Amino acid sequence: MSGKRTLLEIEDLRVGFRTQDGLVQAVRGASLEVAAGGALGIVGESGSGKSVAMLTVLGLTRGPTAEIAGEIRFEGRDLVGARESELRAVRGGRIAMIFQDPQSSMHPFYRVGRQLVEALKAHQTMTRTAARERAVELLALVGIPEPRRRVDAYPHEYSGGMRQRAMIAMALANDPELLIADEPTTALDVTVQAQILDLLARLREELGMALVLLTHDLGVVAQVTDEIAVMYAGEVVERGSREAILTAPEHPYTWGLLRSIPRLDRPRREELVPIAGSPPSLLAPPSGCAFHPRCPYVREAHRRVHPPLDPAPGAVVHDVRCLLPATTRRRLWRELAAPAEGGAR
Amino acid sequence: MVTYILRRLLWAALLVLVVSFVTFVIFYALPSADPAVLRAGARSGNHALLESIRDTLGLDEPWYVQYAKYMERLLLHFDFGFSYRTDAPVREQIFDRIPATASLVLGAAAVWIAVGIPVGVVSATRRRSWIDRIAMGATLVAISAPVYWLGLVVLYLFADDIGRFPLFKGSGSYVPLTESPAGWFGSLLLPWLVLAATAAAFYARLLRGNLAGVLSEDYIRTARAKGLSERAVVWRHGVRSAITPVVTVLGLDIGILLGGAILTETVFNIPGVGRLAFSAIRGADLPMIQGTVLIGALFIILSNLVVDVLYGFLDPRVRIG
Repeated sequence: MSGKRTLLEIEDLRVGFRTQDGLVQAVRGASLEVAAGGALGIVGESGSGKSVAMLTVLGLTRGPTAEIAGEIRFEGRDLVGARESELRAVRGGRIAMIFQDPQSSMHPFYRVGRQLVEALKAHQTMTRTAARERAVELLALVGIPEPRRRVDAYPHEYSGGMRQRAMIAMALANDPELLIADEPTTALDVTVQAQILDLLARLREELGMALVLLTHDLGVVAQVTDEIAVMYAGEVVERGSREAILTAPEHPYTWGLLRSIPRLDRPRREELVPIAGSPPSLLAPPSGCAFHPRCPYVREAHRRVHPPLDPAPGAVVHDVRCLLPATTRRRLWRELAAPAEGGAR
Repeated sequence: MVTYILRRLLWAALLVLVVSFVTFVIFYALPSADPAVLRAGARSGNHALLESIRDTLGLDEPWYVQYAKYMERLLLHFDFGFSYRTDAPVREQIFDRIPATASLVLGAAAVWIAVGIPVGVVSATRRRSWIDRIAMGATLVAISAPVYWLGLVVLYLFADDIGRFPLFKGSGSYVPLTESPAGWFGSLLLPWLVLAATAAAFYARLLRGNLAGVLSEDYIRTARAKGLSERAVVWRHGVRSAITPVVTVLGLDIGILLGGAILTETVFNIPGVGRLAFSAIRGADLPMIQGTVLIGALFIILSNLVVDVLYGFLDPRVRIG
């Protein structure tokens, strides 16, 4: 939080969906902040609640079975209780969102240009020719070669990377202040992934917009974000500056995430360590610390006491939701990180 | 595209050949009344007369010679021959009756689209609501009601001659459009509703299922994230996708029915192709049977072609080069 004004503020957000089996608690009291022009990476496995939380920002989880509580403020305005028409003005206007699979995220029957024009016209009154011109500009902005020709192509005539670029172009149509990218590179080839991340970083810089990047891959957030929040079972378990999370993580779950990434600076024979167990059921989340069933350092009290998200002692921008004493946490991480000097990357 | 259509038309010609051959074989292979006897009527005891009828109609020749002669006339002169029973030229007989069948079928199609599609959309967007439950219950009833039953019930209730509530024109009141547009409309109102009922219900269910699936697609979420109104999301993005299979079925349904909506035409006594075919079958009138079967096949083939070409326009991914 570099002293800039807060753009998006999520406080104690709770999102549940009523099903035949009971209430699925997708988000259980998440609190997050995004500064204007800032870049936040939200890391978590599928089912950690990161997508649901961000879809809720746009009001896209509303429905007859949804239960939403807590606060979402965007530029000071409440979005949880906002009317549908207000939300519609925000969606694709002030806040834009792109999704994981560009293959299925564009309508297969409409030309790319037409879908861009549609995004423009949803928020601005402009002539058809002006909108089309702007569509070509946007395609050029995201690095699509020959945009004037490609604007009339159908999505299936684009490659996967180009489709994601086109999705980004569509998201940028109305100069949003915040772009939410939900696993934008997961469905792409590795080489294309890097290009898309570079593009997002460049656009953020050029356009001065804030970025929220959802991913399960800490390596991805390391490249483009300056703050990181780690989500587990619908809660934020750790958040802080990129450096803090990558070099001095304090939550055992974050350790697990870091140690399950292959790294070049480690000896080859060193094995990757998967996190034991599987993500918890959100129908009946674990008691106490949500991570306790999978935590190698679990103690008896952790099964009963629910840890608060507390500042890590001595750190400036670093909160952690863990019951282990800070000194113990730091000692454990030093031991885990020992083989390679200096921690992550 | 043009070569594609030409190739399809060539296949169509081949198919007509096969269909006509099969009809011929069925007619001669299965026990049927002797056309000469039927034609001679009361004088069928007169052997000389029967012989002369057989000679005139060419019935004394082997069936394959008859078939060859028939196909020669058909292919070279588009001549369907003459009715065994009335000597009337088959082609003109059928063409005279196409307007009635087309009026019935196209009008009914307009009704079932106008009813089926909105019902399907409303049901899909409000699934499990009371309005959806009522609509789906009603469609189940409509799908289960056969045309001949529904037609008779409707006549019994509303026909101006036998009905309890004589509101509409009843059976046998058909007036050509060229004669009196108002009379035409009035006489076809009940047949349209009856023929459309089952189809409307079927289309509503088909669209509901398709649209419910489409609305959970990723690109629908994208459309919402763009800030489009819910109506634009449902119609421009949802229905646009969900309608393509419906268009396919619509083309085929219209094609099949244009060859004769036998049940509806019979119940409402509409002089269309279906009733012509029905009486031809009863009278062992081979040229007329052949004619109606071939025309029916032709409609189905053409509607198939139209559907396939249209599909390319509806779904750019399957566009034909």
